[in-house]
Amino acid sequence: MMLNKKLHSTFIIAGLLALNISTSWAQTGMTTSEMNHAEHSDSEMDMNDMDFSDMNIGDDEKSMDHSKMNMDMSAMQGGSAPADARDPHANSGGFSFDDFSDIQRLVLADEYNFSSLLVDRFEAVNTSENSSSAYDLQAWYGRDYDRLVLKAEGETDAGKLQESSTELLWSHAIATFWNTQLGLRYDGGEESDRKWLALGVQGLAPYWFEIDATFYAGEKGRAAFTIEAEYELLLTQKLILQPRIEANFYGKKDIELEQGTGLSDVSAGIRLRYEIRREFAPYVGIEWTSKYGDTANFARANGNAKSDTAVVAGLRFWF
Amino acid sequence: MKQIPQNTPILPGLSRRRFLHGLTAGGVLMGLSPYIKPSWAAESTHLGMAPILTGTEFDLTIAESMVNFTGKPRMATTINGSIPSPILRWREGETVTIRVTNKLSTSTSIHWHGILLPFQMDGVPGVSFNGIPAGSTFTYRFKVQQAGTYWYHSHSGFQEQTGMYGAIIIDPAAGASIRADRDYVVQLSDWTDENPMDVFKKLKKQGDYYNFNQPTAADFFRDAAELGVGKAVSKRKMWNEMRMSPVDLADISGYTYTYLMNGTTPAGNWTGIFKSGERIRLRFISSGTQSFFDVRIPGLKMTVVHVDGQDVEPVTVDEFRCGPGETYDVIVSPQDDVYTIFAQSLGRSGYARGTLATHEGLSAPVPKVDAPEWLTMADMMGDMSGAHDMGAMASMDHGMHGGMAMAANAVHVRHAKTEYGPSVDMRVDTPRTNLDDPGIGLRNNGRRVLTYADLHTPGGDVDGRDPGREIELHLTGNMERYTWSLDGLEFGKSTPIHFRHNERLRVILHNDTMMTHPMHLHGMWSDLETPEGEFLTRRHTIAVQPAQRVSFRVTADALGRWAWHCHLLYHMDAGMFREVVVA
Repeated sequence: MMLNKKLHSTFIIAGLLALNISTSWAQTGMTTSEMNHAEHSDSEMDMNDMDFSDMNIGDDEKSMDHSKMNMDMSAMQGGSAPADARDPHANSGGFSFDDFSDIQRLVLADEYNFSSLLVDRFEAVNTSENSSSAYDLQAWYGRDYDRLVLKAEGETDAGKLQESSTELLWSHAIATFWNTQLGLRYDGGEESDRKWLALGVQGLAPYWFEIDATFYAGEKGRAAFTIEAEYELLLTQKLILQPRIEANFYGKKDIELEQGTGLSDVSAGIRLRYEIRREFAPYVGIEWTSKYGDTANFARANGNAKSDTAVVAGLRFWF
Repeated sequence: MKQIPQNTPILPGLSRRRFLHGLTAGGVLMGLSPYIKPSWAAESTHLGMAPILTGTEFDLTIAESMVNFTGKPRMATTINGSIPSPILRWREGETVTIRVTNKLSTSTSIHWHGILLPFQMDGVPGVSFNGIPAGSTFTYRFKVQQAGTYWYHSHSGFQEQTGMYGAIIIDPAAGASIRADRDYVVQLSDWTDENPMDVFKKLKKQGDYYNFNQPTAADFFRDAAELGVGKAVSKRKMWNEMRMSPVDLADISGYTYTYLMNGTTPAGNWTGIFKSGERIRLRFISSGTQSFFDVRIPGLKMTVVHVDGQDVEPVTVDEFRCGPGETYDVIVSPQDDVYTIFAQSLGRSGYARGTLATHEGLSAPVPKVDAPEWLTMADMMGDMSGAHDMGAMASMDHGMHGGMAMAANAVHVRHAKTEYGPSVDMRVDTPRTNLDDPGIGLRNNGRRVLTYADLHTPGGDVDGRDPGREIELHLTGNMERYTWSLDGLEFGKSTPIHFRHNERLRVILHNDTMMTHPMHLHGMWSDLETPEGEFLTRRHTIAVQPAQRVSFRVTADALGRWAWHCHLLYHMDAGMFREVVVA
């Protein structure tokens, strides 16, 4: 396949479109739980503009008449039950499992507890001036729809924990792809000592963006908001490119921690991992960080750079 | 209990003997490992051909046995030390007594799949009885009221996955209705070296863990080059918007599974011997715990004569799909010396394979596994006839056998209240109701493939009454969370479903997922009907395709408590399970 330069760039743009780097997902995704398609016409997806022949890899696709297609796909997911929705217990005839005490009731895996630990990033971070290491993990214990979640991330430098953020949350499923998370966060390490209440959502937005957005309320009227988005682009079945972006906002200046109000910092990274097994994947990547507003001013005053680029290498693993 | 020698005339040609260890994928016959010296080795313990037990009194012992299917020794749970378990040969009208002794360290059970019996004998722990505790013996006793091909398996935990499944052949009291010169059980199954609970835990953490057929960036660029950028984008648009995978064909793949035919790996090549010109009855029993098999014998037409233990009007095909729980008996009349029996998994990640030959050691070419297809719009949204003219509809459906049922226009779908929450990842408002679709991967493949519309029980509806009422049940799940449920409720949140004793009712199964679910109702027949309500076939397991809505009638003549579930074991264990109370 020969590509001239123009065609090549068209492909790249099309590739981005396929991944849909757009903002529309944020609306449709985040409101899944309360979305009533009848009332939110902006979130409806009109199938008129879709070419359905491509869904069918068959030799008969030409015979299809797409112009007549008018399906409301958004009605297939989320939403709220209409008034005439069936009662799933309507056919019980008054029976319940309590009626059968002679036999111990069957318990299936929906009533088991499971647990998981995912270390998404465990890496060496090398900038032009410094080498450090970083970790980012998430563990959970519980059932399908309610779990205890532990999130921890931090950086160590010269063997010392520079900064860390650890959250203990109750995660509750509210929609097909979304969980609410409520709990506590503790920031520790050499430079920080802050406690927060955390309230957030974590889930999967349309186009497979993994989103984690949390609002924090701290002592002395402090407030913060963190949003993180991750995507997994399969180059092959085992070689996976993972772009990731995180932004932090603060409601109040924190002189001790040299944080300004508003957008404080953004980090964006891209990591290429190879899944030797699903659970075990070494990676390399680049992480770019930048400070904004007063946070940037604090950094400049201390003679530090406003932004930084690091080469990272690490291991993603879970069990 | 009488143990038939392997060269029995009842099932001729079963003379080969295999010890209870398998063959590596490379086809090297492993020597007897030092691990494999269990006491039962002296007895008739086989892999590849189960012993046949006949009579009215049976003693079955459940124990752990070492097996080796992949080159690595693993512990299996076996019945009388063989995989598959012994073939039980009963006679219609007789009362059988089966003493099951549990030598495992955990509780066990045996369920007689498709057999009509008192519910206390049905063998589902927590529903029909308390299970068989470690170290104890449970005696099953019931009168055999039917004839045909059935099977039995553990209903406890994942013991079915680790080796507890065997065939039941019941000879008709009135003499055989199907004439054959030879008669082989061909039991298809899947084996994993992993602990099945570890498999399940992985799926809970990553639902597509075992799927190595996912769309990649390279696929996108290839499509863009072939179809154009716009079409390559729109091909993916809907799937990506909905966070659904077009390649979600099977949860568990050949990545961990070794597919077995009569307990034998493809390399081991189970072989059934015949003489040229003979009519051979092959009793296919689909015992894959999480695998559908697409079966064909290149060069041979297969005449399907018996399904789920019931004779059917003969229908000749090149290929059929069988889901976990289903059985299909076919007649073949080979003329050449050797044929391959090829059973590829629906997910197209592997196959079970065996051979029909005039003598040992022959083999025929083994076909390549077909390329996996993407699920179609029909598999996601069902019947879109409301928005289509007939011509567009037919091509959309890919049913390819004509007779497209348009009844969906009349269907008023009522989802359960509990289908609007986190347990459900999609709902189908316009289900397809036609039964003449062989399903994803089999449409338009140039072969004559069996569909449910082809199957007719001779004599028609036994009960004859019109259904007095309807029960609707939706098959639901969320692949991202790996939760599986009915009406959006896993078993733990459900209530029993009440059938009134001796009523005739219609059950509607409506699939709100993109996977095919073989739904097995214990204790009573599921009389499958056309979308127009005409009786088709008496079944014990009905596979409902993605976005499909099927209905069947039940005569609720079996008092007691019965299980009703998806026969994909990992879906069942996730909670895609209901109890039916007939009272």
